[in-house]
Formats: sequence, C-alpha cells, structure tokens
Amino acid sequence: MKLLPPLLLIALLLAIWEASCRLLHVPTYFLPPPSAVALALVQRAPVLFASALQTFWMAIQALIVSTVLGGGLAVAVSLSGAAERAVRPLAVALQVTPIVAIAPLVVIWAGLDNAQLAVVSLAAAAAFFPIFSGVLTGLKSADPDLERVFDLYGADRFQRLARLRLPAALPFALEGLRVAAGLAVIGAVVAEFVSGSGAAQGLAWRLLEAGNRLRTAELLAALVWLAVLGLMLNAGVSALSHAILRRRA
Amino acid sequence: MADSEAGPIARLLGAVVRYGEAARPRTIGPLDLTVQPGEILALVGASGAGKSTTLRLMADLEQAASGAVALSAARGRTAFVFQSPTLMPWADAQTNVALPLELIGVPRPEARRRAAQALASVGLGDRLTARPSQLSGGMAMRVSLARALVTDPELLLLDEPFAALDSITRRALIEDLHRVWAARSPDRPLAVVFVTHDVEEAVYLASRVVVLSAADGRTVESLSVPGALPRPAGWRLDAAYRQGAEAVAASLAAAMPSPLPLEGAGS
Repeated sequence: MKLLPPLLLIALLLAIWEASCRLLHVPTYFLPPPSAVALALVQRAPVLFASALQTFWMAIQALIVSTVLGGGLAVAVSLSGAAERAVRPLAVALQVTPIVAIAPLVVIWAGLDNAQLAVVSLAAAAAFFPIFSGVLTGLKSADPDLERVFDLYGADRFQRLARLRLPAALPFALEGLRVAAGLAVIGAVVAEFVSGSGAAQGLAWRLLEAGNRLRTAELLAALVWLAVLGLMLNAGVSALSHAILRRRA
Repeated sequence: MADSEAGPIARLLGAVVRYGEAARPRTIGPLDLTVQPGEILALVGASGAGKSTTLRLMADLEQAASGAVALSAARGRTAFVFQSPTLMPWADAQTNVALPLELIGVPRPEARRRAAQALASVGLGDRLTARPSQLSGGMAMRVSLARALVTDPELLLLDEPFAALDSITRRALIEDLHRVWAARSPDRPLAVVFVTHDVEEAVYLASRVVVLSAADGRTVESLSVPGALPRPAGWRLDAAYRQGAEAVAASLAAAMPSPLPLEGAGS
C-alpha cells in the first residue's frame, strides 16, 4: 500500500483543520472548515466542473500550439549552428519575461473581445520554452560515435535528422512536454486573471468571483479543482511518455 | 578499379593532426602508415599515442593539418567499429545493420535482406528483432561488426572493439573476424586495421603489428607475424606466437617514455 501513508497524512491534516476551526470559532469567510469546502465542492459542482473543463481545454490548446511551435523551431534551428546561436537568447528572453507582463500587449493584439485567444496565446508562451529547450538539447544528445557512423556513410542532414537526431530527441521532448503541461495550466489561470475570460469562464474567474464575494469555501473548492487538473495533466503526459518509450525500448 | 587494387588501400604520409584550442595545442604525428589490400594489421601503442586518430584519418572522419592522406576505398566501402557497439537503442538489430546500406541509397527491402545475411554471418541470424538492450555485450558487438560488414567493405577499421568484453567472448569474436576475413573472395579482399592495447591479441589477430611511439604517434616499428590466418587450433601454444608477443612487448616498452630511475629515489 504505497498510497496509505500520504492518505493518512491528508486525513490527519484535515482533521486538525476541522477541529481547530470549530474549537477556535474561526469565521468561515476567513478560513472555512474542510466540511464547508466539501459542501461547496458538491453544491457548486456543475459550475466548477464547467470552469475546470474550460481551463483544461485552454491548457490543452496552449500545449498543442507550444509543442508545434517550440518543437518545430528547435528542429529548424538545429540544422544550423548560426541559427541556434541567434535564436537561443530570444527564447531565453521569452522564458524569463513573466507572462503577466506581456499579457496587456497580447490582449491588445488578440482584441479585447477575444479573451480566449489571448489566454491560449499567453499559456502557450509560458509552455514554449521547456519544449523548445528539451527538443534542442535532445537533438544534440546522440552518441558522437553514432554521429560518426552517419558521417562515414555520407548521410545528408535529413537522413541524419530522421534516423538519428529525432529518435534521440524523443525522451527529451517528452520530458519537456511534462514540464510544459504544468506551465500551461498555470499560464491559462494567470492569463485569465489578467485578460478576463470572455463568455466561457475558467477556474480563474471562479477564484476571482468567490474571492470578491468572500465565498471562501467556494474559492478553496476551485483551488482543489485546479490542483486536480494539474495532477491529471501531469499524470496523462507521464503515462503517454511511458507508453511511447516502453514501446521502443 | 584495377589501379586501386594494385596500390595500397590507405596511406598516411607525414599526416599531422592538431587538437585543442590555439593556446594549448596538441599535435599528433607525423603519422606514416601504409595498408595493403587484404592485410590484417594491428596497431599498438600507449594511450594517447594517436591510434584512434590514425583510424579516423583513414576513415576520413578527421582532416590532417599537414601531410598527405591517400584513401582508395570507394564511398561506403570503409567501415568502422568503435569501442562501444554504438547501436541505435530504439531500433532492432536488423534495422541497425541495414542503416549503412540505406544511407548509401540501397532500397530498404534489399538493405534489410542483406542485413539479415550479415547478422547470420556473425551467428545472430535468430536475433533480427532484438533491441540492443536485450543483447549481451558480446552480442551487441557482433551486431556492430555485422553493421560494419554489411556494405562489403574493402577497409575495416576497429578501435579497441573488444576491450570491454571478457576474454572468452573476445577470443570468439577474433575467430569470427578471421572467418569473415577469410571468406572474402580474393578479387575483393578485406583489409583490417585493428587498434588494441593487448599485445597477445595483436599478435594472434594480425599478420603485421605496427608499434606507435607513446610521445607523438610516430611509427616505431613494424613487425610481421609468421603463420597463416585464421590461426590453427592451439596456435597460442606455438613458439611463433610467444616470440611474436615478446618482440611486440619489447618494442612497445622501448617506445614508452623512460620511467624515473628507482635507485635514485632514496639518495
């Protein structure tokens, strides 16, 4: 039973939390007891589920966009040393710039009435770097003696890419994807805080709304959903990468 | 092709290779070596004597800063076996062995058919679909040897290929190499250059042993080893084998930088 120790710890912490709220008469708008959070999870389930689905969908779209752009750019750049030296500083600049800081710009570009596009773009920007960096590192990770085998038989750069560098890059790309999945969820929430969510309201909207109305139990319930979302996405990508790597190993 | 068959298959004349940055340059050579078609040549020398550099020059994987390198093998007819099997871990044995043929433009079905033949020739005809991770070190090295042989090379270069294997496996692979070498038709002979640290291995394997200087890779001595290849059973008990090994060992010792005099240490 590997699950038993963490479950016991969680149960213990929840019990302490519940007991202290009741014994110390903590106001529920300040810190609701776990029972109140559970009640909010049940009562607001349809709304929270719809919002979680919305945030999930935004994160998935962002992940697809950043995989295509980050992976594609890494492959293109790897074909020329000069191109890599030119692009790397720009990619790092994008990585170290907080997405909150570029959000107003992206909202203007996407159009104020097109908040979803802005959210996806910002989340994709957040998820871009690990994929770009992972693929680029992976493309250069092949055994140097194996590279020499390709030299020996006069392989052209596309043979080298298809037969050696892309397969060598796959584990690195999948690890980049795993990191990017977490960043895409964070990016989707932060971007929605900053740019609003238009007609479809994600978890960030629920968090803001519950906070403004001092519905603290609902706020915590939304946070629970957010954590579940991140864990699910991470587990999904891990399972995908295990399946792919096991099939070829 | 008649011209190239008459002359050496590879020839280094005063080839010098420079490594490292401009501040701390490291020079190997001048290297002089001639490899005749169909001969088996062992290259021995201390670590850093330039054995690997010599092989890479003959494979055209390295450029000489000065001197001449003349290579007469056709494109794709020079093969290289590295210290480790260097197989693609994501591909099965047959795909790994078919790779050189596909890279030089042989259609995939024919490449795979010839790869299966090459694997059979090293005793792995039943392991076509095995991944490198499913093979022992000796079997992985056999796959690597099959990959080198699949293009019917004229020149086979081996860089301490069996150093990581146990001595039983090593002996079996040397017999394999002799068998493959002897099976080639006389009009398309296979020249082998084999780098090793092991004096006995060099003498057993080769008809000629070249000793490189530890300091800069210059050739110190070229000793011919008597006796037929492949070696008859029990040849390791033969006087020619023992004498050959002693001669190479003596030449190698002379090529080493002289050790500090021990008697001077106490005074």
